[in-house]
Amino acid sequence: MYLNRKYIPIVVTIMLFVLMFAVGSFRYTGFFSFQVLMNLLIDNAFLFITAVGMSFVILSGGIDLSVGSVIALSTMISASLVQQHGWSPAIVIPLVLMMGACFGSVMGAIIHYFKIQPFIVTLAGMFMARGLCYVISIDTITIDHPFYTAMAQTKIPLPGGNSLSISAVIALIVVVIAIYVAHYTRFGRNVYALGGNEQSSLLMGLPVARTKILVYTLSGFCSALAGVVFTFYMLSGYGLHAVGFELDTIAAVVIGGTLLTGGVGYLLGTFFGVMIQGIIQTIISFEGTLSSWWTKIAIGLLLFIFILLQRMLSARRSAQKQS
Amino acid sequence: MSKVYKHHLFWPLCVLAALLLFNLLYSPDFFSITLHDGHLYGSLIDILNFGAPLMLVAIGMTLVVATKGIDLSVGSIVAISGAIACLTISKGADQNAFGLVTFSILLAVGLSVILGAWNGLLVSVAGIQPIIATLILMVAGRGIAQLVTDGQIITVTSSSYSYIGSGSLATLPFSIFVVALALIIALVLTRKTSLGLFIESVGCNPTASRMAGIRATVVIFSVYIFCGVCAGVAGLLLSSNVSSADGNNAGLWYELDAILAVVIGGTSLNGGRFYLAGTVIGALIIQTLTTTIYMIGVPPEITLVVKAFVVLAVCLIQSETFRSSIRYRRQKKQGSVKKEVARRVS
Repeated sequence: MYLNRKYIPIVVTIMLFVLMFAVGSFRYTGFFSFQVLMNLLIDNAFLFITAVGMSFVILSGGIDLSVGSVIALSTMISASLVQQHGWSPAIVIPLVLMMGACFGSVMGAIIHYFKIQPFIVTLAGMFMARGLCYVISIDTITIDHPFYTAMAQTKIPLPGGNSLSISAVIALIVVVIAIYVAHYTRFGRNVYALGGNEQSSLLMGLPVARTKILVYTLSGFCSALAGVVFTFYMLSGYGLHAVGFELDTIAAVVIGGTLLTGGVGYLLGTFFGVMIQGIIQTIISFEGTLSSWWTKIAIGLLLFIFILLQRMLSARRSAQKQS
Repeated sequence: MSKVYKHHLFWPLCVLAALLLFNLLYSPDFFSITLHDGHLYGSLIDILNFGAPLMLVAIGMTLVVATKGIDLSVGSIVAISGAIACLTISKGADQNAFGLVTFSILLAVGLSVILGAWNGLLVSVAGIQPIIATLILMVAGRGIAQLVTDGQIITVTSSSYSYIGSGSLATLPFSIFVVALALIIALVLTRKTSLGLFIESVGCNPTASRMAGIRATVVIFSVYIFCGVCAGVAGLLLSSNVSSADGNNAGLWYELDAILAVVIGGTSLNGGRFYLAGTVIGALIIQTLTTTIYMIGVPPEITLVVKAFVVLAVCLIQSETFRSSIRYRRQKKQGSVKKEVARRVS
């Protein structure tokens, strides 16, 4: 069977997911059910949304370390405005989303116009957002606004007695839109071109500045949206929410087969990358005797395997080019 | 005068002096140092003592950054080495036994060598980008540290072990001597031998240095091992200072603070040049900043916002584009070409 080499990482990812699901189904009773899959969507809804934003950033050849802090900041702002100032969620949610987008675009502008590495700029953004959470409050703010509790508890029934939460539906919509944007719009093509080679894209006359800033704006927006979904999930705002989340997100994108040097990867791969992370956690909780830190070790191991795989593939490609 | 002004330590020292001056004005007894049972006490000594692990990690990080690399796993190595040492000691029959403590320290340092070598192998032999290669150990290492401590905090009651982090030698905290030793080793190796030049040339252009006969892989490999050892010893200092090991939180965010210290010290993240003394001052600035914020009673979490501005400001100053845009504006305002020429020539 002929298989294009550029599809190998994504095929490996999908096969790995299927394999893990199969192994889980054989080992544990009650694992093989549609609801387990749905729970993966429900419990990782915010991870899907951030991973989508991160995929675009990584495809463009950058990195965004601020996502976890922006999530925390959006939960904090939502909680503070809704609970302590009595604002309506109808104003607060758009406001939070705008804030995330602005935050991202400022970082993007600094990265582009002053030519500082994205790593260090988003690191500053991460400190900044995390610190601003504590400026608002050091304690947890619990949300009991009827809108938020309704969003948290509503279940959308699916055939066969299964159900999905609203957050999961939002996540699915985001993933579908992202796949469309990445592969069927001009912006998506520009992102791939930029990640492939910035110099060439500039010479080709592509709008490098606009694309770069938009990519970080998109990532900021996605993080803020993930923060809103996170508030539905946790029903609280807290400065320590989503600590270390940026690493989970980057890991999900890499496991999804996206090349960290930019320009190569698929949004669908990111989807399965998140699913794999979710299923590791599910397997560990089904196992019962394993502790939560095995998740980290397993993810580290997977990261290693995927990075090595990508390395081998790209090494072979460059060897071909030379010969 | 312009020579002083241009010196790479000028700005970091200014910031440190400004911070210390602020502290002096805020609380006049900030500089007072008292002698108690052969120990020196005072805020300045505290800054040196608590800043020691950070300085150590930052020294290792400087060399890695000089090769155009980065090591994100130092925080996890700090946690693992502290956890291993404390676990070994807590299992022993006599926790004070000198042999046991020495063995546990050697074990922890040996493990850090292995972890550093793992990073070095991935970067130099496998040729993976440093950020990604060390990300693996950052994620998995935290899990390993939690595995070692079983998610608990391991406490040890060993006076010989706690000497490393809180004991004092010749009235000064022992940890300062550890840092000084590491700094001297690094300085001698890089400034008195050609190793420093090799590191810088690899950071500038690995391919060109290989053509010139420098074994780039070996240089990169050894730099990551050095960084791992520094992080491991920092983990020992940190855990022995509080006589316990916490796999979950020990060394959390250390990689970021260390990178920040390196950047403040004037080392560019683009590799190719490094200033070890600058790094040490950078680490001291961070520690003084933290102490200051504690002292004036602002919630310590706000430190993060201040740090964000510091990182951004330092990066902007280092950014060529930003400087030239400022220069351009100033030039336009003054309209004097002569000054500009004179400045460039000097």
